[in-house]
Amino acid sequence: MESAQDKDSVLAAHAENRAVAALMARHPQAIAGAGFAHRELTLWIARQAIREVCRTLRSAGYNFLADVTCVDRYPVEPRLQVTYHLLSHSLKERLRLCVLLDTRDPAVDSITPVWPAANFYEREVWDLFGVRFDGHPNPRRIMLPEEWEGHPLRKDYPVEGYR
Amino acid sequence: MPDAANFTIDPLIEPRPESASGDRTMVLNMGPQHPSTHGVLRLVLEIDGETVLRLVPDIGFLHTGIEKTCEAKFYQQVVPLTDRIDYLSPMSNNLCYCLAVEKLLELEIPPRAQYLRVLLNELTRIQSHLVWLGTHAMDIGALTVFLYTFREREEILKIFEHVSGQRMMGSYFRIGGLALEPPLDLFDRVRKLLDMMPERIDEYQNLLTGNPIWVNRLKGVGYLSAADAVAFGVTGPPLRASGVDWDLRRDMPYSGYEKFQFKVPVSQDGDVWARYQLRMEEMRESVKICRQALEGMPSGPIKADAPKIVLPDREKMKTEMESLIHHFKIVTEGFAVPAGQVYQAIESPRGEMGYFVVSDGTSKPYRVHMRNPTFASLQALETMCAGRLLADVVAVIGSIDIVLGEIDR
Repeated sequence: MESAQDKDSVLAAHAENRAVAALMARHPQAIAGAGFAHRELTLWIARQAIREVCRTLRSAGYNFLADVTCVDRYPVEPRLQVTYHLLSHSLKERLRLCVLLDTRDPAVDSITPVWPAANFYEREVWDLFGVRFDGHPNPRRIMLPEEWEGHPLRKDYPVEGYR
Repeated sequence: MPDAANFTIDPLIEPRPESASGDRTMVLNMGPQHPSTHGVLRLVLEIDGETVLRLVPDIGFLHTGIEKTCEAKFYQQVVPLTDRIDYLSPMSNNLCYCLAVEKLLELEIPPRAQYLRVLLNELTRIQSHLVWLGTHAMDIGALTVFLYTFREREEILKIFEHVSGQRMMGSYFRIGGLALEPPLDLFDRVRKLLDMMPERIDEYQNLLTGNPIWVNRLKGVGYLSAADAVAFGVTGPPLRASGVDWDLRRDMPYSGYEKFQFKVPVSQDGDVWARYQLRMEEMRESVKICRQALEGMPSGPIKADAPKIVLPDREKMKTEMESLIHHFKIVTEGFAVPAGQVYQAIESPRGEMGYFVVSDGTSKPYRVHMRNPTFASLQALETMCAGRLLADVVAVIGSIDIVLGEIDR
């Protein structure tokens, strides 16, 4: 969706940014990509590092988890883009983190140990996209009935449902 | 499709201890048809006598798949859907969605449209808080207040009808501005309402603030600490009532809010009473913002200068070839939005409402996600209710001002 930008140049342009500085100091290998558009900074994070990255960012001042959602980029692989929106009350800044997952094993560490607020959001992403969150305290569907088949917000799920 | 083998189906709460002993706790089902759950919220509670031990919300009864529907509509056709998410503050939803798409399009919105948007949003805030106050008081047993608040709410809805032709689902906002120039006598009507409002807010407070039953049911109930509020993603009045001084209108202004002077009420008490007092203050501040919007209302166009995105005037469409072509193209094909992803948040009456819009460069959104304030606030419900009496649950639900339409989407 977002045109690929050169990671190093974006990171260099935002070296002053608290999030970028904290991540470059603690987990430089966790940043898989970076983008800056519409005055919003996006960081692509390696999937195994997301919980540690969130912990680092929380101590760097990004104290509030605003949202967790997902985008299905079907048929591009890796197709599922789990998207986190963080907010810093003290810096008055937002930050977007993205983790890419493929169809064979759509699983990522839950960030509920860092922000309990992620609980409902991750259940919603599991319910509507079929992304598993390892370590989630209550990994159940939230919107749809427990016996529902499929994950409706995936692009290969027809708008009118399976007949 | 990943298999669901790791996810077992279990009842929400098992009573403790498992064996049938004398001091077994009881599991109580509350809702989805309970009148104080404001729609179709189902709560499963584990109670010991009258004390709540655990509380598990069960949501999704109103799930209509709006996010999926959005992907099949042109950008402009999504606006009426956003009305129906949070049906008590449709104008806030309209604004948030339009701002998100305008961010993608990098559209400049003329000042008059911005001021009108602020005016309508603050009226929406007053209107939404009036519904909250009426129903909250009714839950607790003060039936009279409802009749008073709905009297003023009706006035505001009449103004909305005057502007957009609809009382509630106005869909008055357009990507790039507003649908129509508002009617000539609108500002007089709003001014009349604003002159009356402070007095009416005093009237509600006279009915409630000194009432010993009301005070006892609210004070010290549903305590939420600032740290818990932030951890659970609580926003809006419940967050400010817990002592976190955060309001998007002031701290990350949008749609020209930086031009307005207003106070952000904050309380340190963190209980239901603090949330009540805070919302009453917020209504007074909204009245002030509306006054400023009326006084400073600029003249000029209400639509951005973007003929390929904004529908042309009716008259021009009938007389000019270019406008006719644009009109035809926009209506039949929509307009393409450059690829990208944006997140736009506004301060809705209930807290941070955010729209995450992803575009793939076509005329239909690739993905629209709504971050809704009460969806997150609902997670803090157990913390607020655990260890308290069962009757307090009703007061706490009222105090976070839930709207199931936006929780379930």
